[in-house]
Amino acid sequence: MAQVKEYQGLVKPDWCPGCGDFGVLNALQRALADLDIAPHNVLVVSGIGCSSNLPGFIRAYGFHGLHGRSLPVAAGAKLANHELTVIAAGGDGDGYGIGAGHFIHTCRRNFNMTYIVMDNQIYGLTTGQASPTTEKDIRTKSTPEGTIEIPLNPVALALTCGATYVARGFSGENLQLANLMKGAIEHKGFALVDVFSPCVTYNKHNTYPWFKERIYKLEDEKHDPANFQAAMERAFEWGNRIPIGLFFKVERPTYEDEEPALRSGPLVRQPLRRTNLAAVMEEFL
Amino acid sequence: MSQTRAELSVWVGGAAGDGIAASGESFAKACARSGYHVFAYNSYQSAIRGGHVCMHIRVGRQKVWTHGDGLQYLVALNADSVERYAARVPPGGAILYNRDKFDVKPERIPQGVQAIGLPVMELVGNQLMQNIALMGALYELLGLDAGAFKGLIRERFAKKGEGIVATNLSAFDKGAAFARAHAQPGGIRIGASDGKHRLVASGNALIAFGAVAAGCRFYAAYPMTPASSILHWMAKNAVKTGTLVKQAEDEIAVLNMAIGASHAGVRAMCATSGGGFALMSEAVGEAAMTETPVVVVEVQRAGPSTGVPTKTEQADLFQLLGASQGDFPKIILAPRTFNECYSMTIQAFNLADKYQCPVLLSSDLYLSERNETFEGLDITNIPIERGEIVTEANGEPYRRFLDTKTGVSPRALPGTPGTVYVAATDEHDPDGVVISDVFTNPSMRAKMMEKRMRKLDHILKELPEPELEGPKDADLTLIGWGSTYAVLVEAMQALNQEGLSAKGGSASGGKVNVFAPRALWPFKGEATRRLLERCTMTLAVEANYIGQLAKLIRMETGLAIQHHLHKYDGEPFEPAQVIAHARKLLKTKPKESTVASVVSDEGLPPDFSPIAAPGSEAVRVH
Repeated sequence: MAQVKEYQGLVKPDWCPGCGDFGVLNALQRALADLDIAPHNVLVVSGIGCSSNLPGFIRAYGFHGLHGRSLPVAAGAKLANHELTVIAAGGDGDGYGIGAGHFIHTCRRNFNMTYIVMDNQIYGLTTGQASPTTEKDIRTKSTPEGTIEIPLNPVALALTCGATYVARGFSGENLQLANLMKGAIEHKGFALVDVFSPCVTYNKHNTYPWFKERIYKLEDEKHDPANFQAAMERAFEWGNRIPIGLFFKVERPTYEDEEPALRSGPLVRQPLRRTNLAAVMEEFL
Repeated sequence: MSQTRAELSVWVGGAAGDGIAASGESFAKACARSGYHVFAYNSYQSAIRGGHVCMHIRVGRQKVWTHGDGLQYLVALNADSVERYAARVPPGGAILYNRDKFDVKPERIPQGVQAIGLPVMELVGNQLMQNIALMGALYELLGLDAGAFKGLIRERFAKKGEGIVATNLSAFDKGAAFARAHAQPGGIRIGASDGKHRLVASGNALIAFGAVAAGCRFYAAYPMTPASSILHWMAKNAVKTGTLVKQAEDEIAVLNMAIGASHAGVRAMCATSGGGFALMSEAVGEAAMTETPVVVVEVQRAGPSTGVPTKTEQADLFQLLGASQGDFPKIILAPRTFNECYSMTIQAFNLADKYQCPVLLSSDLYLSERNETFEGLDITNIPIERGEIVTEANGEPYRRFLDTKTGVSPRALPGTPGTVYVAATDEHDPDGVVISDVFTNPSMRAKMMEKRMRKLDHILKELPEPELEGPKDADLTLIGWGSTYAVLVEAMQALNQEGLSAKGGSASGGKVNVFAPRALWPFKGEATRRLLERCTMTLAVEANYIGQLAKLIRMETGLAIQHHLHKYDGEPFEPAQVIAHARKLLKTKPKESTVASVVSDEGLPPDFSPIAAPGSEAVRVH
């Protein structure tokens, strides 16, 4: 089995001390090591934001793309070479704000890939504006009188849009988080791991202690991840008791399974020169 | 007596849903199979039913460059078409229509023109057969061998059974018999063809075919007129060609998917029109910054904003030039002909791979959507250059963005052992480590900018040299790009012919040549300056309002084009419009710079209001 240190990137993370993203990075490295997936067979795709700097801190192929666009890049790469382990990663602003449209459609397409969202309920890199998951009435730099909108519910949204593996973890529960990530990577289909990853600098509301007082583990309460209705009900639990763990898991053919162009193996291995151009040209006759 | 010509034009006009494209394309294809050169341009509107559609089919014994200026035969599927075009039918020509649907008033029929109304119900017992019956009558008038057209009927309806084939063939024959019995042979006919089976397709089909020939295996798109037919062609041929075709949720996802696929090593392309390209813009810079090859086709339509979705224009050059923030290397190619749609798409993939940057291939509705005969596509010696790819680690630390003489760094594909790296849209060093946040470093930043921008010097050497077509010592040089090139060639040929046949008291009074660059960025400014400095008088002909190519030339050469002819009414230039303007300039030789514009005559009064004439075709009398 591979060692966690084999997945350490060229540079050390530059996140603020205490940032929840450290826990996410550790859990992901541990998951990859446990699954023994060689770094060169992994592609980590991110967008923009504090958490989207993650590809630089992990030893694997990486694509650090535009704000909100990690999922389409990851999808393109997966379709081009479906033998790669493709992991998209980013924050709540990146994935549920500017990239929300891609999130919805990626869920329903069921590509065999993993999406890790480091959800800190704030825009951190831009120094503390309200995000799509900021709770109502929270004062931020962009909402000095408190947020008016209600927050987006990533777990419920993913369930509705057809994601086949929907989990939520917490940076403070590293072992469970690593297991959720392992399950996500091993799962054949689109897996969301939404992670409570506290921003110690700009979110003074959803802090480590705040989560520790409220979270409970779904596996401790005999939640059945095969039960979609039960998963939906749990997804709407918020307030004094907030569930983390695996909400839902179902097997469904992946996009790659059903795409005719992939029947003869990964696209990247197909020859550039087609031998039937003359036959293709017949329609011009 | 009928006169025999080297070419003729048939217009099929009606409402959307009348099956005009199907009959028009069948006629065009049949002519191509019978050895004629064909050019078919469908002028249509953004309506699935109703609206006005007119397919212009020009058939020639030699190459026909454009849809031309006029018609000899009108197949009118509604009264509106008669109102619009009947007056333009010359003596010897004919108007064919279904007299069950409407009458053609005698005062609408020009002198010497036959109006032939088919009693479709009585003839074939089914109004759905009107197009085929009218085609039968048309063939009879033209005296053309109907074998090729009948062959197409058989192919088209084969799946529906022998009965349907027979019904359609019979409708065709009955239309022909009616014309034989009740009409004079057509007064204008086309001479015999060389009998060679010619290929016919749309410009978009040739761009798509070029992509497949170049080894493109990933095509992403969001539907947008007039680029959608590339998506349709790719999807229809996906299984046969082994291409993965992905329709995405928007154009932002489209280009990001293509970049992702290309990053993983597959040749990838996407296509859109101006509005979709605006959404793609940010990702154009992403491709350049991550040094990912990608080909983006921009098929221009009339803007701004949603504009006129089914009409042509060339007003997106500045959008292509300016797309995405910051300075970065990109390439803009603008094919002008069908053969270039094919060959320059292949070239686009090679340049993208060699220089690891985005290549924008510009087309426009008039080039992309018309059907035209073509020949000479080389499908056996296709150049494929993938650029430098690292297939295994050499023991040294791999530096993905290594600073090199050409600015191009050997690329490793994800999955290769020992060469892991991050491709970042943030500024980064040769190792791929971002230097945007905590490790900012002015000298490294400058070095990486220079590394990327250096590619442009090398790209420039690979692009075609600017050249003049036609006589070197011309009195007037016509300048244009994209689809306008074909119009300029036709105008040049006509004007030079006119000059030759009127020696002494020359009608136009001079020789004409053409300058139409097909590589627009990076721009060969110095070579273009040398070429244009020798020109006596210059006229830029562009389907836009501000003369974007002329402005680019001025920016890159310091030379101002003297005269400008613009068109922004949505319809392509007609050769006669260019010829008339060129003639005027050659005669008057204005000292001052001039700017003029032309509008196509669609038979509508300029102040025509759909409110004043709600839905009724009968009131469109003017």
